Amino acid sequence: MSDNYDAIIIGAGHNGLVCAAMLGRAGRKVLVVEANDQVGGAAITREFTEGYSVSACAHLLYQLQPAVKKELGLKLDVAAENMATVALSAEGQHLRIQNDRVAGVSEEDAGSYRAFHKRMTRFADLFNTFLNKTPPRLAKDASRSDMLTLVQLGFDIRRLGRTEMQELLRLIGMNIRDEVVERFASPKLRGAISLDAVLGTHLGPRSPNTVLTYLYRLAGAKGQISQPVGGMGAVSELLAKSARHYGVVIRTGMPVKKIVIDGGRVGGVETNSGETFSAPLVVSNADPKSTIMCLVGVKNVETGFTRRIHHIRSNGNAAKLHLALDRLPKIEGIEDHEYANRFVIAPDEGYVERAFNYAKYGESSVKPILEISFPSVSDKSMAPPGKHVMSAIVQYAPSKLRGGWTEDSKSDFLQVVMGTLSEFMPNIESCVLASELLTSADFEKQLHMTGGHWHHGELALDQFLFTRPVGGAQQYAMPVDGLYLCGAGAHPGGGVSGAAGRNAARAILKAEK
Amino acid sequence: MSKTEVQLDRRKSPFYPRQAELDRLNQWHEWKGYRSADGFWEMDLEYFAQRNSAGVFDLTPMTKYRITGPDALDYLNRLVTRDMTKIKPGRVAYAVWCDDEGQVIDDGTIFHLNEGEYRLCSQERHMSWLQAAAIGMDVRIIDETEDICGLAVQGPTSFSILKNMGLHGVETLKPFDLMALNFHGAELMISRTGFTGDLGYELWISPDSALHLWDTLFEAGKLHHIRAIGTHALELARIEAGFIAAYIDFLPANVTVRSGRSRSPLELGLGWLVDFEKPNFNGRRALIEEKKRGSTWRLVKLDIEGNKEAHHSYIYDNKKGGENIGFITSAAWSPVCKQNIALGTVRTPHGKVGDKLYVEIYYQLEMHWSRVMAQATVVSKPFWDPPRKRVTPPASN
Repeated sequence: MSDNYDAIIIGAGHNGLVCAAMLGRAGRKVLVVEANDQVGGAAITREFTEGYSVSACAHLLYQLQPAVKKELGLKLDVAAENMATVALSAEGQHLRIQNDRVAGVSEEDAGSYRAFHKRMTRFADLFNTFLNKTPPRLAKDASRSDMLTLVQLGFDIRRLGRTEMQELLRLIGMNIRDEVVERFASPKLRGAISLDAVLGTHLGPRSPNTVLTYLYRLAGAKGQISQPVGGMGAVSELLAKSARHYGVVIRTGMPVKKIVIDGGRVGGVETNSGETFSAPLVVSNADPKSTIMCLVGVKNVETGFTRRIHHIRSNGNAAKLHLALDRLPKIEGIEDHEYANRFVIAPDEGYVERAFNYAKYGESSVKPILEISFPSVSDKSMAPPGKHVMSAIVQYAPSKLRGGWTEDSKSDFLQVVMGTLSEFMPNIESCVLASELLTSADFEKQLHMTGGHWHHGELALDQFLFTRPVGGAQQYAMPVDGLYLCGAGAHPGGGVSGAAGRNAARAILKAEK
Repeated sequence: MSKTEVQLDRRKSPFYPRQAELDRLNQWHEWKGYRSADGFWEMDLEYFAQRNSAGVFDLTPMTKYRITGPDALDYLNRLVTRDMTKIKPGRVAYAVWCDDEGQVIDDGTIFHLNEGEYRLCSQERHMSWLQAAAIGMDVRIIDETEDICGLAVQGPTSFSILKNMGLHGVETLKPFDLMALNFHGAELMISRTGFTGDLGYELWISPDSALHLWDTLFEAGKLHHIRAIGTHALELARIEAGFIAAYIDFLPANVTVRSGRSRSPLELGLGWLVDFEKPNFNGRRALIEEKKRGSTWRLVKLDIEGNKEAHHSYIYDNKKGGENIGFITSAAWSPVCKQNIALGTVRTPHGKVGDKLYVEIYYQLEMHWSRVMAQATVVSKPFWDPPRKRVTPPASN
């Protein structure tokens, strides 16, 4: 029977595809079912208005794990590599940040940044080792490999040396604002680092553990940012190709209604259209909340576990602005060739925190922060000749907006964003041919992720490593026999890294032994 | 400076005015915020009222939750370990509920009042856990502890008293049956349940009718030696019946801090309440695992030689002592059985029925302490288990 598989993966997001490819490579017969018509989940390229394409959710690549690339033999074409970050100033006094260098600040700040970057990338490297491993269990029935991982974690931290170890332990739970204020005089530098720490979260620079989120961003590629040819969808296409190469069957346009469970064991999935597929293993790339509350159903899991899942914080705040541009907007002091870079609007750390204040109370920011790129500058395939597209992440636009997201509240917010952009790009309005604004509520709907949260659950110390997504499910296996998680909600978290998908596949194969 | 009067007293049961009239001891304790009597006039005689005539215990502080809604049955079936689909309307189920680790949170009774409408009664409060269990389910949970008051009427003459009250149909009630009838305009619910292991009933009514119920009951019981009793007398009766109590024979899992201090239903001798055929319930995975691996503890009923009560004693597997294998949690001299009895917890594999264990008892006579190593036999049956408990209709006494 063609409808019997060794494993069914729910969701062809990048993690689902990585997991599928890895299981396929190990000889398993794998089916991937995807609700949308396109593979990729949050890593997709989409034409938002005729002739103009953008990466419709995630838009820059900075975390794809080298191990994933290597093991699946991925050869990705990049349009722009190691993009510099330009921290915009309304007066044209921009900062240019690339690797450990920052231009446009005092000598002293430049030196401090070099030291800061060196330390942070070192911590991020250490961190990265553990992002690519199943987190160890701390319970009394921890296995030998759990103990070894723990010992290694301890050993790696100790090996940093006394001072650096103390520094790591001091910083790990801290907020990024305290750290940048202590180290740098330049408000724009403080602002740009703060933005990196809070992008995609429901956190402000003064929120605890924003140093952790900053390190998370650096892990994988030391913070180097690139833009794939064809946008982020190309990454997913490549992963899908690799999966198919290993015999994986991918069915799109097929939303799963429920995971079939019989006597505490998974038996397969049932789709909205009523088709059922059988497999002794179901791997969900959906977020933990929708997996348990919608697909599994609370009747099939226990109360303590349900409560923990229910309490996962996943309030998305990141909106996406897509503009079709007649020409590139004028930015004071930016040369034509520099438009290939990444731009941020976060003039200082206080600005970022104030933007977050609104989100705390269910409102959208009056002065939002933005991460901007013009993908068409390096990749001509994104727009008609001579024309351009802009892709920007805008924060904060909380998924649970007071009063809800309506056409009116969206158009109000679009005006706010255009107003902020105009301060830095005075002629932007006149360049716009078409625009699209997607809030986290839209992402929730389009991508089926609770709260439209990038990470399927806040990246916070209480939802991290040993407790991600929750205690009792931190090693990808859920408390239903044969059910696994492989998405961003599992360790280590979101970002187009493939780490969760790869770790899950490894955990599944290990459990089979 | 103005002062606000703060009432320092505990909550009083609607039966309190009558209890106060009977109270000669002035010994009260706290039970979930309520004033609850240790005893009223003579604790030993209160005990004998339960065994030889009828004792009336005020159940009002029992926590009572009304559980309704389309998912009520599924909800309860996931909450407790036993199969609730077998409990039809008009029946009461003794049940135990566990956390995800298969450790007992509490035990209690579930009354299936009407189709899909339940009342859960327990000694402890559990709203937080019950709410957590309701996540994702269509159920309503209402704490109706204060809206319903209750009296347990237990003992050989209890049936006759209820009959004297004119409560028609009570003779048809089998153990764990319940019925509702009109009591002078108020709904009176009667269940053939109790905590004494004897013939007995529990009466539930709204607080407005509490005193009227009390008066009618005591009037009807006058010639049947009806007596109000306190917790002390009940405690002795429940040990004789072999029933366990929270905070005495086990700790609710949600209050334990140290690992290994909570107990599973298998360890408390409640394996018969666990239905592994059910596809899912809280603690199922852990209990299956425990069943495979074997339990750590075993609850034992002990028949101990001599007459020295074995309170808090260590248990050994030989007379010389050495390393203890467990400890006593409840102990008493049983007047009705003329037996020195106890409930205890021992490490497996100790404590199989028929095993001879030793209990180290310290006792005091005229200030001086003595110690005895008494032999204790593990028994399977409740110490007190009279046939009248089961007979329907019960005999008139």
